[in-house]
Parts: sequence; C-alpha cells; structure tokens
Amino acid sequence: MIRAIHRWPGLLALALITILSLSGAALSIFPAAERLAAPQAEAGLTVAALADRIQEAYPGVEQIRRSPSGRITAYWFDQGAPGAAVIDPTTGAGVASADPNQAERWLTNLHRSLFLGDGGRIAMAAGAAAMLILSLSGAALVARRAGGWRHWFARLRGPFAGRLHVEIARLAVIGLVLSSTTALWMTASTFDLLPDGGAMPAAPAEVSGQIGFAPGRMPTLRQTPAAELRELSFPYPGDATDVFTLKTDRGTGYLDQGDGTLLAWVDLTGWERVSETIYMLHTGQGAATLGLVLGLMALGVPAMGATGVLVWLAGRRGRPRIRGNQLAGRSETIVLVGSEGGSTWGFASTLHAALTEAGQSVHVGPMSAFAPERYTKAQRIILLAATYGEGAAPATAKGFLDRLIALDRVPDMPLAVLGFGDRSFPDYCAFAKDVAAAARAKGWPELMPLDTIDRQSPQDFVRWGRAFGDVLGIALELTHQPIPPQTTKLTLVSRRDYGAEVQAPTAILRFALPRATLWQRLTGAGFARFLAGDLIGVFPDGSPVPRLYSLASGRRDGFVEVVVKKHPGGLCSGQLTALEPGDTVTAFCRRNPGFRLGRSRAPLILIGAGTGIGPLAGLVRGNARQRPIHLFFGIRHPDSDFLYGAEFPGWQGEGRLTRLITAVSRGARPHYVQDVLRGEATEVAELIRKGARVMVCGGRDMAAGVADALVEILAPAGLTPAVLKAEGRYVEDVY
Amino acid sequence: MKSLLASLALTTALTLPGLALARPVTLTTTLNTYGGDGAYLALYVTDASGAYVGSLWMAGGKSKYYEHLSDWHRATGGDTAQVNGITGASVGSGRTLEITLDLADALFDAGYTIHIDAAVEDMRDSPNEVAVPLTTDGAGTPVSGRRYIASFGYDM
Repeated sequence: MIRAIHRWPGLLALALITILSLSGAALSIFPAAERLAAPQAEAGLTVAALADRIQEAYPGVEQIRRSPSGRITAYWFDQGAPGAAVIDPTTGAGVASADPNQAERWLTNLHRSLFLGDGGRIAMAAGAAAMLILSLSGAALVARRAGGWRHWFARLRGPFAGRLHVEIARLAVIGLVLSSTTALWMTASTFDLLPDGGAMPAAPAEVSGQIGFAPGRMPTLRQTPAAELRELSFPYPGDATDVFTLKTDRGTGYLDQGDGTLLAWVDLTGWERVSETIYMLHTGQGAATLGLVLGLMALGVPAMGATGVLVWLAGRRGRPRIRGNQLAGRSETIVLVGSEGGSTWGFASTLHAALTEAGQSVHVGPMSAFAPERYTKAQRIILLAATYGEGAAPATAKGFLDRLIALDRVPDMPLAVLGFGDRSFPDYCAFAKDVAAAARAKGWPELMPLDTIDRQSPQDFVRWGRAFGDVLGIALELTHQPIPPQTTKLTLVSRRDYGAEVQAPTAILRFALPRATLWQRLTGAGFARFLAGDLIGVFPDGSPVPRLYSLASGRRDGFVEVVVKKHPGGLCSGQLTALEPGDTVTAFCRRNPGFRLGRSRAPLILIGAGTGIGPLAGLVRGNARQRPIHLFFGIRHPDSDFLYGAEFPGWQGEGRLTRLITAVSRGARPHYVQDVLRGEATEVAELIRKGARVMVCGGRDMAAGVADALVEILAPAGLTPAVLKAEGRYVEDVY
Repeated sequence: MKSLLASLALTTALTLPGLALARPVTLTTTLNTYGGDGAYLALYVTDASGAYVGSLWMAGGKSKYYEHLSDWHRATGGDTAQVNGITGASVGSGRTLEITLDLADALFDAGYTIHIDAAVEDMRDSPNEVAVPLTTDGAGTPVSGRRYIASFGYDM
C-alpha cells in the first residue's frame, strides 16, 4: 500500500518535481549571494540615524527598505526622475543598482507558476503536494526496510539504483518535507486561504499639520534599531496631511511629519509571524545557510527520480504476466508468491510454465490472497517467499502469517516453502523460515523441507526444481533467467593447475580483459568495471542456466581471473577446467556489492578454503593501500593445492598481506581453517574488538564452521557474528 | 500590445453627482518596460478636497498585495468591496491597459481627480503614480507617470 502511494505520485509528478527542485536549488543561491554582497549596518545603528544619512545623500528619498539579508535599498525622486540604489548604511550613499536580478526573477516565476499565472501556481502546488506525499511515504518505506526508525542510517544492501535512491532520500527527506510543506502554506497564503494578511493601522484622524521634523529626531525612529527595519515611507513633499509609515519586525505605525509623534501602531498578528517564518524557511531569505542546505537537498530529487524509475522498471521487468493462470478452485498446484520488488514473480512464472507444460493445472497468486477453503482441487501448495528488511513479510505476503496462525484446521494437501533472499543479509530468508516454522507448528504436512534461493540464483532454482520434480514424479527443468544478462566472449590466456594429487583438481584460469565499448565504460556495464569478489556468470555449452563464480581479480589487474574446481560430473566446471589458452567462454559480470572491502582502514580478517581463496587473493593483490590483512587459508596439502602459493611471499613483501595462516587438512595433524582460527583466538578477538572486518569465502560447511568458531572466540568480548553482520563487519560469500 | 476592454457598471459613489447623464470614457494606461513582474494598478477618483470617492479599476487579483498600493489602501482601508467586479489581471512591463466605462457627466470639470497607485513585486511602491484632473479639455492629452506608467490618458 505504502509502496503504491509512493510510486504513482512519483511517476506522475516526476517532470513537475524535477523542475521544482532544480529551479529551487538554483534559487537557493541568491539569498546567500545577497547576504555576502550586501553592505551590513554597524551594530547599534538606529533607523533615525540611517534615515538621516540617506536623506542627506538623497534629499528626495521616498522609501527605505531593508531585506532580511540586511540589504538596504532607498528609492527617491531627484528633479522628477525616479532613482533607486542599494545603500551602504555607514555612509547613506548608493553602492549598487537596486534593479531586481532578471535571472532570479525568471527562476522565481518558473519555480512558482511555470510562467502560467494562477493555473501554473496550482500545478506547482500539486507538485509540492506530490513531493510531500513522496517524502512521507518514502520515509515510511525506508524505516520499514531498515527495520524501524531507529535504524534510519543502517547499512544498505541490494541493487545499486535502489541503494542510491535510499541513500539520497534519507539525507534529503527532511529538507524536502520542509520545502514542500512551506510551499503549500505559501500557495494557500497567495490565494488568500489563510488569514495572514497584513494589518494596517487605521489612518490617523488628526495630524499636526506641520512639516519638516527631521526623521533623525523622531523618538520612535531613534529607539528602533536598523536591524529591525523593514520599510520606512516618507510623506509626500508638500502634503501636510501625509505621514511617515514605519514597518518593523514588530508591526506597522504612522509618524507625524510635523512633530515626530507616533500617531498609530499595530503589532504583527500571530498568523503574519507564522507566515513570515514559513516564507523565510522556504526561500532562505533571512536564513541563507538553511536555504543553501535545502537547495542542496533539492538537488537530490532528480537523482531520486531517475533511480526511482529504474527501481520501478526493474520491478516491472521482473514481474511477467502469467499466461494461462488457472482459477484457484480448479488447480492441482497452488503457487503463492510473497514478493516485495517483484523479482520472485518471475520465478513463479517459470514454475507455472514448467508445471503447465508437464500437464498440471496451476494457479499463481499472492500470498496475501491465501484462502485454503477455496483450494478444493488442490493437491499441494507451494510458497515462494521473499523477505523484506529484517525478516518482515514482503508486500504481497501481508497478513499471511496471521491468517495461517488463526486457522482452525490446516489444509490436508502438503506444503513446500521456498525462500528467496540474499546471504549477505543477517536475516537470510527469515520470513520464509518463519512461515515454515509456523506451518510446522500447526501440523501442516510437509511436501518438501524448506529450501532457499540465494540472490536469485538460477542454479539454486534448477536444483530445487529437480527435487520438486522427483516428489511429483515428473522431470522438471526450471530454467529461469531473471534479467537476460549482456554476455561477452572471454579468451583464456593462461591456466595454472593444482590439487590433482589430493583429488581436488583446481585451476586458476586467467582470461584476457575484453575491450569495453564507450557506453559500457560510461555506465560500468559488462566487464568495464569490476572488483575482486564480484561475480562472473558462465554459460556452459548445453545449458541455458549460467553458473556463477567469484572473480579473483579486478579491472585494474588487467585480466579476468577465476578459480575453478572440477566437480565430478559438473557440466560447467568440467568445461572450464578443460579450457586451453586461446579457447573462449560466454560470460557476464554481476556486481556483488555485499562482498567489498569497504572504505575504512580497519584491519581485515579474510577466511577462505579451497577455491574460496580466489576473491580473497584478488583482494590482497589489489590492496595497494596496505591495509592490514590477516588471511586464513584452508588447503589439503601444501605441495598440491596451495593456490597462489607462489604469489603470497611477494604480496607480503609489498605490504599487501600482513599475515598468512594456513590450515592443512591432510597429513599428520589435520587442521581445518576454523581450527587455526581457534588457535589464534586471542589475536582474532583483539583485531575484531579494534574494528576489524571479517570476510569469509568458501563452501557452506566451512562458513558454518567458521561462524561457530567465531561465536566461541568472540563470546568473551561480548560480541557475536550476528552483531558483526548487522554492522556490516562480517560478510560471507558462500556456495 | 495586449488591450483590455471592459465596460463597467459604475460604483454608486461615482454615479451620485448626476444620475441622469453619463458618457463612455476610455482610460488608456501604457507601462514602461521597467523589467519586472506584472504591475498592480489601482485607478480611483478623489474629490476637490482630496477625499476618496470611488474606484474605477483594480489591475491585480491578489488582495494580499493591495497594501503596496499605499494611497488607495489607506483611503479605503484595504476594503476589497471597493473593487468587487472591477478587478482584472496585473499589467505586464511594457503592456497597455485599456478600460472603457460610463462616467457621470457631473464628475467632469468639478475638481475630481483620477489617481493611479502602482506597485511591482520586489520593486518600489509607487502611490499616486499619476494624478490627472477630470476635465473635458484634458481628454485626449496623455500624461506620463512617475515610475512605471509611460502614458495615461482618457478619451471620450
């Protein structure tokens, strides 16, 4: 719901909001420039003294105005010709032209009315209202995503466009709320919808009838500091019935030109004061620094518009129309989807197509539409459940858990839950796990145990599909490709082989860096920009499903390197490890922003085993800043599968690697990497206590073993891997 | 040049001196190219003693800005009822405002004066920009204003 409230005003008002924010940002410069350029009055200067000085310089002075920036302007007539100038209050003489700045006037009219008069004002007010709705709904979304308002500045994960969108939003949203609310107030004021009109004192019934009392002698003006002045209007020359009109920050009054007495006075009304404060907050006139800050925040709006559209498009692309969707009451298989961004629908669609092909009747719907009483023909229910934020239900699964828990009787047909998530989050597939646990607690029969799909991995989905097909007794091949990637041909340059003696044939494969087109270089698409730890997807011959490997090099290294172990019967690993220099593979690059070094200079603890050393070695090789790195590396035998064994001494000599600790699992005293970690417990705990970041790469069992070891190691310090994960100081890349 | 043509019913005050006879009068106000936003103009009449008699036209729709037409505002107390039905758009820099209305014969050659107050956003207020006695002889003789008005004249 909040997402829809956020999306549609955003898309509809995008152009309007872009014009508003860009012109607003440009306008924010003027008050600051005026504040810097305007000659300021000395402290303690009174209106009386100021008026005297100006009248001396311009005897025909008619009006003196002071803007909130402190700029003083005088208007006069000299022998019938009108004149005006910005005044230096120390001399009373003109120092600059008082003509309005044409660029500012043009921008102001664009900003408030698109040059279209009242219709344009209303359109721009609608734009401001859209901005307010966007800001508030967006803030609610950010809070929900982060897991509460207290986590407003929590670390962000996920695709770049979405992260940038939130990153800008959480900095700028406060300014945008302020600017749009004040804009609406000002529009209401302009259209006389607010009782904030200026009150003028009643015209004095009687004046002295004299003229020529110098303003410098008038008691009221002598008591009024120039800093409080807004406007002083002089009486008409020769008109004895006219008066001086004084407007200050406190109110408006009339002064007799014959004896200087205060004839009438009214204070500003409360409404006027509020409106003036709001005017100041919106325009920055009188609060130039705030204006600049608001202008800067407004500059984030076009960027948020662009990234917002990208997020929306990505969601749409990932949510295909499901052709031939059956009614829930007539389907044998019910597939319910809990998706936030929409990508899980793509998997549902693939599942639907494959099952339909196999002769099944299938219904796909959102989890929020869960209605077991309607599934009269159903033989099984499949839940495809993503997770939002810290284990919250995604948008299309709202209310599912409550309804499940409230059921008197769970359905008879068995249930399978498939979770979708990202292992770099601490709460990986938390919602799916909650659903599976709740179903088990209710005694719902289980069709298959809970399984998970990491980062939309097509491989994981194929694996699950095979298992599901086995249960059904049909061959199910779920070929799902979320977004068709742009592939590149990579040519092998060299290979180094390891591990054959310990039954773990592994190769370090080095490919030539493909030439990037100008467009790729500008957008960072393809292999134009990548870092060690990013992923490379390889399409093996004979399968449309790509296999993902971690990159062991960055673009700066000048080559594309991966470490591949040959799995018995592995299609892709078999083909890769059979490559000879000159051979090519079809591949694409995928960012892995969750597995990065980060910008700090804190020490790093890198932990890997087997092929998991690839990205870690790449990080060490790229560590030109000589950040302290402690590398824990698990191998089988130093003479056989000691990957990068030849490079490590050089890297240590160059300061790229502080310490290398190996664990050898075969031989007299078998050690796993978690064992050597425990052996170094004191130092590891000390490093982490000082802010070190832990990065783990390798098989799932090793990662679990490492996590267990760290629980023990960190317990005395009162820390846990979960806490580190939440802080973004413990990241894993496991397979 | 954009012209505004309006035929007006008279306000009560202006018809009082002579109910029987009135004649159509065209008031033409041409502005300087002063390089600002549209000007607010108040056209009104005072009697021989300088007292406000009534308004002829208000160019500018937002009453919150009327205080800048300071003479008119002081004379009327900012009473928008004075310009009900005789209010139009503000007049842009360099543009011409032309209004036609029926003025009572008794207003002519009897000491009455047409005044125009002008004001422009972020520029000086110009009360009493023009003050022209209403005389039969004065018709067709344009005068210039103090700051914003290049020429003002009335034709019968």
